[in-house]
Amino acid sequence: MKDWPLFEIFIRSKNGLNHKHVGSLHAADATMAIQNARDVYTRRNEGVSIWVVESKMITASDPAEKESLFEPAEDKIYRHPTFYVLPDELKHM
Amino acid sequence: MDSNLKKFILRLADDSMILGQRLGEWCGHGPVLEQDIALTNIALDLIGEARNYYAYLASVEGKKEDDYPMLRLEREFYNCLLVEQPNGHFGDSIIRQFLFDSYHYYILDGLKSSKDETLAQIAEKSLKEARYHLHFSGEWVLRLGDGTEKSHNLMQDSLNNLVEYYEELFTPAPFEVWCMEQGYCPNLNDVKDKAIGYARQKIEDATLTWPTEYFSRTGGKAGIHSESLGFMLTELQYMQRAYPSMNW
Repeated sequence: MKDWPLFEIFIRSKNGLNHKHVGSLHAADATMAIQNARDVYTRRNEGVSIWVVESKMITASDPAEKESLFEPAEDKIYRHPTFYVLPDELKHM
Repeated sequence: MDSNLKKFILRLADDSMILGQRLGEWCGHGPVLEQDIALTNIALDLIGEARNYYAYLASVEGKKEDDYPMLRLEREFYNCLLVEQPNGHFGDSIIRQFLFDSYHYYILDGLKSSKDETLAQIAEKSLKEARYHLHFSGEWVLRLGDGTEKSHNLMQDSLNNLVEYYEELFTPAPFEVWCMEQGYCPNLNDVKDKAIGYARQKIEDATLTWPTEYFSRTGGKAGIHSESLGFMLTELQYMQRAYPSMNW
């Protein structure tokens, strides 16, 4: 069991919503990962659908490159749509 | 309510209660965290089902739900011998679970059309859980049976040991004969055909061999139990015995 791969678990809480990452677990294969995820992550009625992805299949951005990747966006507030005047009739924006 | 029907309901309740308690013993001891949780989830499903039966009986007899699991003596339990067998290793628990699940799923399926409406409703509710249990244990039978040489041999040994307790599930006790005649209990022969058919197929798929020569043990439904039930009840009932009527 020590060589069981790690899987990332994504759960969709309701139809129409996105699958969200909830955590990871070890399993021998994807079928077992789904079963384990059902038992570990949906005990309190959290979901209607489960996705599992072997962790090694995920390519992640390098934390060391955080500055060059994300900081340039910080001073470009004009990219946020906050400069529009919204009519009062418009709700939920 | 007829005493035969009462015994039948107790028997259904005790099977689930005792197996639930056994599985609860895995809590904190599972081979991996995920299976630890899986087994205790199943334990909770089974104890939940048992509670429904006990509560039904309690309402009929004017007792409390807890009186049944907590205050009866060993000889007053009607569960089959299979469910009280010790956990052993993980494979033992899986085979015990798989044999029980194959029976449990099909008897609940039959109970849906019981003449007793409350029983039919409990069965309807529990059937979804039982289907998952059967899927879970079946999956592990396949994995371990058709796994490594070591896991295969361990599973075959477990099956050889536990198959002796399987047929008791389908062998009607006198109170069950009455309940079948009255339409409260599904025909146990039909349940047996379906359950054994399913179980044998899965065992074969798992490259295991269904034992051909074994001595079937019975007695549980008459209150004649194996040694291990007494130890279990001692633990289960300790608090109620030490502090009568305690609540929490």
